[in-house]
Amino acid sequence: MTGRAGSRLLAGQHDPVDDPGRAAGHRRFSVPRLVAIALVVVAVALISDQAMGATGLLGDNTLVAQAGRSFGARFLNTVVDGLVVGLIIALTSVGLSLIFGVTGLVNFAHGELVTFGAVVAWFLNAGTWGFQVALPVATVLAVVAGSVFGAGLEKGIFGPLRRRKVPNISLIVTTIGLSLVVRHVILIWFGSGTQKYRDYATQVAKDYGPISITDVKLAIIIVSLLVLALVGLLLMKTKLGKAMRAVRDNRDLAEASGIDVRKVILATWMGGAALAALGGVFQGIGFAGVSWDLGFKLLLLMFAGVILGGLGTAFGAMVGGILIGVVTQVSSLWLSTEFKLVIAFAALIIVLLVRPQGILGKKERVG
Amino acid sequence: MSDETRRLLECHDVVSGYLPGVDIVRGSDLTLADGELVGIIGPNGAGKSTLLKTIFGLVELRSGSIELRGEEISNLRAHELVQKGVGFVPQTENVFPSLTVEENLQMGCYLQPGLFRERANFVADLFPRLSERKNQRVGAMSGGERQMVAMGRALMMDPSVLLLDEPSAGLSPANQDEVFDRIGKIKETGVSIIMVEQNARRCLQISDRGYVLDQGQNAYTGTGRQLLHDPKVIELYLGTLAAR
Amino acid sequence: MDFDIVRSFVDAMRSAFGTSAVLFALAGVGLNVMFGYTGLLNFGHVGSLLVGGYGTAITVNLGGPLWLGILIGITAAVLLGLLYGLPTVRLREDYLAIVTIAAAEILRLLTRSSALEPLTQGVFGIQKFADNFYDLNPFPRGSYGVWRITWDANTLWAIVVGWLLVALCVWLVWMLTRAPWGRVLKAIREDEDAARSLGKNVFGYKLQSLAIGGAIGALAGVFFAVQSQSVNPDSFQPIFTFLAYAVVILGGPGRALGPVVGSILFWFLLSFTEAVLRQAVSAGFIPDWLLTAQEVAAVRWILVGLGLMLLITFRPQGLLGSREETLIDAR
Repeated sequence: MTGRAGSRLLAGQHDPVDDPGRAAGHRRFSVPRLVAIALVVVAVALISDQAMGATGLLGDNTLVAQAGRSFGARFLNTVVDGLVVGLIIALTSVGLSLIFGVTGLVNFAHGELVTFGAVVAWFLNAGTWGFQVALPVATVLAVVAGSVFGAGLEKGIFGPLRRRKVPNISLIVTTIGLSLVVRHVILIWFGSGTQKYRDYATQVAKDYGPISITDVKLAIIIVSLLVLALVGLLLMKTKLGKAMRAVRDNRDLAEASGIDVRKVILATWMGGAALAALGGVFQGIGFAGVSWDLGFKLLLLMFAGVILGGLGTAFGAMVGGILIGVVTQVSSLWLSTEFKLVIAFAALIIVLLVRPQGILGKKERVG
Repeated sequence: MSDETRRLLECHDVVSGYLPGVDIVRGSDLTLADGELVGIIGPNGAGKSTLLKTIFGLVELRSGSIELRGEEISNLRAHELVQKGVGFVPQTENVFPSLTVEENLQMGCYLQPGLFRERANFVADLFPRLSERKNQRVGAMSGGERQMVAMGRALMMDPSVLLLDEPSAGLSPANQDEVFDRIGKIKETGVSIIMVEQNARRCLQISDRGYVLDQGQNAYTGTGRQLLHDPKVIELYLGTLAAR
Repeated sequence: MDFDIVRSFVDAMRSAFGTSAVLFALAGVGLNVMFGYTGLLNFGHVGSLLVGGYGTAITVNLGGPLWLGILIGITAAVLLGLLYGLPTVRLREDYLAIVTIAAAEILRLLTRSSALEPLTQGVFGIQKFADNFYDLNPFPRGSYGVWRITWDANTLWAIVVGWLLVALCVWLVWMLTRAPWGRVLKAIREDEDAARSLGKNVFGYKLQSLAIGGAIGALAGVFFAVQSQSVNPDSFQPIFTFLAYAVVILGGPGRALGPVVGSILFWFLLSFTEAVLRQAVSAGFIPDWLLTAQEVAAVRWILVGLGLMLLITFRPQGLLGSREETLIDAR
């Protein structure tokens, strides 16, 4: 009982008690700032392009494929492609961000939750287990499996560790260990190759005005947007969503108000893991196919998105994730695709140095 | 009304503290009668806030007893106390900054959402300014307004006892006046209040009775008026503080 | 095929004192300064190794002498350490972890990019630049060792120099951390605010810790590059850093000899389990549907991960540490 008084979610999370001037500053985020940052990132891309010479124009499938099109059309198509990438990052990183917000844990094993979803859906779809289900059904089942997996991690590992008051650094190292374990279990289970889903293996792009897009990617965009909107709605309007935000804001006060913090944390893990699994399936369908390290490869992009938007909030993760996807993809119009990740990671570092609360984050939440 | 029934909360010989082996509160007694406003003052480090947190179960009670209407409550968890009609407003971090005013109040009656409409009206009557800004994020509000939200949140479960930990701390003089004024109003609605305050003079002015805590023990006890005019109390505890 | 436990043991011993153990001991000594003594969660340690290795390889490739390359590599790693330190001014430890892992990945992606190919030779890496080192080898051709645990002359030369380097670095760290300087580092690890309230420039000490740790890490990178006569961007994956953490935590964070003991034990256990598993699979003791020979490597990493989780939870002081002293606490 004594520990509750002393436990604090974030180091230095004190709110300024009476500082209206600073409080007013919270409201100054918003669209102009967002656009400004996007512009800066693009500008950096342009400048480094000149510095590196014109290396970017070769070896890029997108550009080769679109060689005949006008720049405007290429730009539009790249943005749409970036939107798909960004939505997938957004889906996967909402959980990463919320789990951090609610428990203070930076989960380096979050990528494995993504892989898990993709792999489960692949097995179900491929019929390895004796029955074959269509990919949409497999996706739903994988999402359910993902949330069970997330619950297992909280119940079996992180909940008990938190109650043992294991220090934060040790928890992070634990997630590293967990990531190694899960990733290599999947490697043994799934194999080291890259597999395509049985359904939707070949796709033809259709033209919608200047934009050409495959049905599957269009579906990914629509479903992702719907799911993200639903998540936002749940967080803003439902009792559980409000409780999640309350626990994130002030765990002791939430507990004193009668909120069952353990249940809220469990729900966050389940929801976050479910979204990660969904993002994993989409990544497998929309891009590289399924592989044992699919999620691990996305991990730093998720961190980039989450940090860009502000660690701890779902909306930050959504906006940051989409931004990272679009900006990196658009950068490939000028730069070699080799630099996509470099740009994303550089954005991550610059944002952390300049505005650690993220472009949408509120000052009071700075760690 | 007999004396027995008037006794709402009774602390007897309370010993408590954070670190093992180090007692902060060292044998303090406190009584709160129905409808009473009791102020606790004393120098820094006297254990005022620790006593309050002990009553609310946030600090371990090492010996002694804490009874609410004759029932021992020292082994109850914070949210159980909330259900028994005890409200607590911490000194800092007493709101949910990213939630709106209305959502903060909803969290206040999380266990009994059915109370919301009626209690929200009650709180709105007390703090009209809050109802004007019910959809605003509390993190963007001033310190005085946050304190109103914090008290409003604690009132949502219709408590019979309200524990206030330094409600005026960090506020501008104008906001302090407003907070003390509201505390008086809350008392008028029949809520019994225990208030810990640094601003000893103002605290005693509105308190029915006061306790002066020093080094974890009761040094002086009396009505607010008595303590305000007690030469010893003035010399030791009010002299410097009154110079404001 | 018969089951030969002795051969597994020989393999394990060779690896426990061989080049991998030297590499991870050196890298671990550097990481220990930052993580063990100062409590800094640097997840980009492999970046220091990359800078050290590539600094050497590129300098030699451009016609410079080997010693200059080593110097450049280490200097670059010190600068990288200072750069890593920037975010620690105002950020919590987990942000440092994210920033450093991202920075190390940027370095790796840049070295393998075609834009820098003239310098780094991209994905192919640079080979054959340390002949000068092997020219100094005093051991004549032949096989050296105890019992069946043997190495050829060149490997032995690298191992001997490597362990001498390890000894030197351990001694250096031991001297530094026994001095008041080291006590300040530990104070920062235990309670940063307390250290600050005593008038210590916490930020400055963290930078120094990152610079020294990075320099030793660079030395590990130099050793790796020179010993194998090759650098390749994909040798410097994030997983290297994680394994270095396993080594440090196994030995005992905040103990000068911890990473050395940790590395020897780590490689012994890793190689022994791998050798035993491989033999068990090929001898048919483990059925094919459960595990195939190709999957044995993955099992090793699973064991490493499990070990890391269990150690950090139940014995965070490692083998050498004392519970009170090395409890890494960061709230």
